[in-house]
Amino acid sequence: MALHVIVTAKQVIDPDMPLSAMRIGDDARQVVTPAALPPVVNGFDEVAVEAALRLKDGHGAKVTVVSVGGQFNLEIIKKPLAMGADALVLCQDAAFPDLSDSMVTARLLTAAVRKIGAFDLLLCGRQASDWDNAQVPLLLAEMLDIPCIPLAQKVEVEQDRVVVEQLVADGYDVVDAALPALVTVSNELGAPRYPNMRNLMAAKRKRPVVWTRADLSLDAAALSACVEVVELLLPQRSQACEFIAAEDGAAAGEKLAATLHEAGLI
Amino acid sequence: MQAGRGVLIVGEASNGGLGPTTAELLAAGRALLRDLEGELTVGLVGHNLAMAAETAIQAGADRVYTVDDALLQDLPADLCLSALAELYQTVTPEVILIARTAWGREVAPRLAGRLGVGLLQDCLEVGIEADSGRLTALRPVCGGNFLARVRCTGSPQMAALRPQTYAPLTPEPGRRGEVVAVPVALDASQVRARVVRRVRHEHSGVSLTEARVVISGGRGLGGPEPFRDLEELAGTLGAAVGASRAAVDAGWVPGYWQIGLTGATIAPELYITVGISGASQHMAGCSGAKVIVAINTDAEAPIFREARYGVVADWQAVLPAFMEAVRSL
Repeated sequence: MALHVIVTAKQVIDPDMPLSAMRIGDDARQVVTPAALPPVVNGFDEVAVEAALRLKDGHGAKVTVVSVGGQFNLEIIKKPLAMGADALVLCQDAAFPDLSDSMVTARLLTAAVRKIGAFDLLLCGRQASDWDNAQVPLLLAEMLDIPCIPLAQKVEVEQDRVVVEQLVADGYDVVDAALPALVTVSNELGAPRYPNMRNLMAAKRKRPVVWTRADLSLDAAALSACVEVVELLLPQRSQACEFIAAEDGAAAGEKLAATLHEAGLI
Repeated sequence: MQAGRGVLIVGEASNGGLGPTTAELLAAGRALLRDLEGELTVGLVGHNLAMAAETAIQAGADRVYTVDDALLQDLPADLCLSALAELYQTVTPEVILIARTAWGREVAPRLAGRLGVGLLQDCLEVGIEADSGRLTALRPVCGGNFLARVRCTGSPQMAALRPQTYAPLTPEPGRRGEVVAVPVALDASQVRARVVRRVRHEHSGVSLTEARVVISGGRGLGGPEPFRDLEELAGTLGAAVGASRAAVDAGWVPGYWQIGLTGATIAPELYITVGISGASQHMAGCSGAKVIVAINTDAEAPIFREARYGVVADWQAVLPAFMEAVRSL
């Protein structure tokens, strides 16, 4: 039977959005962005989709992408389908919180993955670029009680095992685990592919499966946060930059060396 | 879960000694105990922990709990988690602190999952809130463009601290404390993610995270060749060379050169950046640098908001003269 790979994807604020476009909301607990600047699929999740599609290219696989959220921009969140994923499951309910709480997000995803049914491999981006917790995938592995391998730069499936090159500070480890397993994928895997015309057209026709809180049989306790956001603040920047003034670049380079030497830094 | 007492530091032993982050956490933990009752304890899992335990006492721990087993030698996360969950049951602390090191990044969330509690991630500062008595932390959001004050709702309350944000306490060589061995029955079959091979890059020169001076290049360098110049400069200064994610993703330098949110965290005395715009994701890895120098053509680049010294010019003009001047110092 073909491999079934589930990939988690999150809709996030575009991390390249200029700071000037973002502000802290009136409740002081959310970052607000202008409606004209759309969200994106978390970049690391796109890399996870890429890892899944490489397995599909190599072995044949069914790739299901799952996302949870209060509200989706359908054009954006369908991008994994346009890249070549086979199915998209959106767990969407106004009752779902803003997903800043990793435990709640992991509970939602656990319920969704269980409802999707049998799978061989669960791939997640190493972290999301909004909160950068790098936490949901690890909680998901704990909740599903499956092997967990974070920070992959390469993911291969050999019979009933996954073999991963896992990044460590000065190299990588080759790590192996029985399927089903969860692997988080890092940008070192390589750039996610661009949607081709055929997949783009196919994605336009595909409709996501939408599940609400009731479909996932989640009670209020499952949605209660383990971490509260008290307030958001703007960081203080106290250091004033001293610009090295000189007639040209070379003179500036020379002067910089002298300045750093005088300051006892070199 | 019931409220516990005191602060447990999840420590890290390395090469027979205590990892540097554990002493940082002890400083953070000691400060919390001004507003909390109980002891400052360290939990260590690994093998041959006697020296690390002793160092932890000198670095400020009242008591050290160890799970010492040959199976824990290479700190496999699956077994460490079994050991830590057991250790938690023995100590029952109210607060658990852990460093967001490579090991902590995997172990902290999974331990929080097993204990069924929230985890304050990537904390720059932790404290006890005066009116609620609860653990709060300041942490970056949106790549550091904002800070969030966050709070745990359950118990125990857990926080993972960014390395190199707390200065260790001065070690006291004569300090006494108890070391308690916690027996845990571990079994190799609990290892589900098995390391079959370790591949390490040969690297000459100074380690990024330990260097006193770091020089980094980014997208502005335009290709791999200019990094040779940075290496040469680094040789003269006894510095390490790093890079931004843009340079890594472009394939100009290997991934382990990367400084930033998804790379190394550095805190050198001097950090010289060349052709790096200073995206917040990069700055997240070098916020501990004492002095930042930026060489960039764009005077509006965010790097200049963080830099102490700036040169607005093309690095191709600046660098040769800078290198020449440095050589003749």
